[in-house]
Amino acid sequence: MKQMNWKELPHAGTVLKAGNANEYKTGSWRSLKPRWIEENCIQCLFCWVYCPDSAVSVKDEKMTGFDYDHCKGCGVCAMECPGKKGNKAIVMEEEGK
Amino acid sequence: MGATTTKIVAVTGNQAVAEALRQLNPDVMPAYPITPSTGIMESFTKFVSDGKVDTETILVESEHSAMSACIGASAAGGRVATATSAQGLALMWEMLHIASGYRLPILMALVNRALSAPLNIHGDHSDGMGMRDCSWIQLFSENAQEAYDNTIMAYRIAEHKDVRLPIAVNMDGFIISHSIESMTFIPDAEVKKFVGDYIAIDPLLDIDHPKSIGALVLPDYYMEHKRAQHEAMLNAKKVISDVSAEFARLFGRKYDLFESYRLEDAEVVLVALNSAAGTIKDEVDRYREKGVKAGLLKPRVFRPFPYEEVGAALKNAKAVCVMDRADSYGGYGPLFMEIASAVQPHRGPVLFNKVYGLGGRDLMPLDVDQLIDETIEVAKTGKAKMVKEYITVRN
Repeated sequence: MKQMNWKELPHAGTVLKAGNANEYKTGSWRSLKPRWIEENCIQCLFCWVYCPDSAVSVKDEKMTGFDYDHCKGCGVCAMECPGKKGNKAIVMEEEGK
Repeated sequence: MGATTTKIVAVTGNQAVAEALRQLNPDVMPAYPITPSTGIMESFTKFVSDGKVDTETILVESEHSAMSACIGASAAGGRVATATSAQGLALMWEMLHIASGYRLPILMALVNRALSAPLNIHGDHSDGMGMRDCSWIQLFSENAQEAYDNTIMAYRIAEHKDVRLPIAVNMDGFIISHSIESMTFIPDAEVKKFVGDYIAIDPLLDIDHPKSIGALVLPDYYMEHKRAQHEAMLNAKKVISDVSAEFARLFGRKYDLFESYRLEDAEVVLVALNSAAGTIKDEVDRYREKGVKAGLLKPRVFRPFPYEEVGAALKNAKAVCVMDRADSYGGYGPLFMEIASAVQPHRGPVLFNKVYGLGGRDLMPLDVDQLIDETIEVAKTGKAKMVKEYITVRN
């Protein structure tokens, strides 16, 4: 992405487009990565509720995976996941493995 | 001279500024009372109670909150003013940078007072000099008339599309704020016409266009923001000149970036801000009568500082005594540092620095005479015996 020079900046650095944080990728410094195991998922959406970012993707009220452009790998989703019969639907794995 | 009908009134500096604020009729005025600026809010809140302004005053719990409320109201899209002094300004310090970084044209009446400790309520410039690097436009005023006129011009400067920076109008605590002087007010309708309506840029209350201010900016963009801010300050110089020229055309009182008093052919020059200039002018006149080519340079605009213009005005002087009513301990006085930078490109005069009037200590005509005598001596010898020295202090 071409970076703006000082003459091109919006006045006072005001963010004029609502929701454009979505275009700013912040997932690159993640060291642990959540992996979704669909067969253990009961679609409680606790992961979606607890995610401190907006990195749990939901479609038609169903969890569909993670937005790795914004997930920072904090692991809150995996911690809160009740899973099914003792088997977690979200597990944290080291990046690059 | 315009068609202005002038009526001479006798008011204090605080009343003069409060009257200017009444005429400017800001949307919001958050403030916390502090001596010696309290009189401004006293008068202004009476205007509010009497229905003479449309302003919403917010009486906050601290100056930090006052400036925070100014920022919120200004970002929302309002025309905003406040008043403070000394420790009050110091408590605002963090928020002063937010106001300028958000490019909000907030108006502050700053009644100059010494910073504690030791606790002191009287006038010096340590508060104003403390906000030097906060990216606020700083105007200084010799007397009540100048404080009033600078306040009337303030929004026109701060709100200009090429500027959009907050502005502080300085006047000396007690010496000006509490002394009654004769001066003239401009009729309400003419002020209203001169100042015009405020059109905010990207106001938060424009709810059809949601936006966010104060976003995090990391090393990849911070410098670009600051460079843009620097440009706004550079632009302010021309805007101040233009607005002052229009003011002179309409109301007959002429203001430049600095006042040159008998400076044209002056060989010995004193430089001072605010009220001391009044005393110095009298003594310059006395020395002129004796045949001494004495003069005064009184900066009006301290930020942005008019280096080229001041340098050109001083380049033919032989000796210049720069008088600071504030100190930068371990360094030279803040005004001296600016004047030294201004004359540096020229083969300029010999400069020296006197610190005077701290904590409201009087500067008497005799003190000024001693300074002029010393400046004459320095002009003769081409050498200052001491670069920086405190005067009127017991040794």
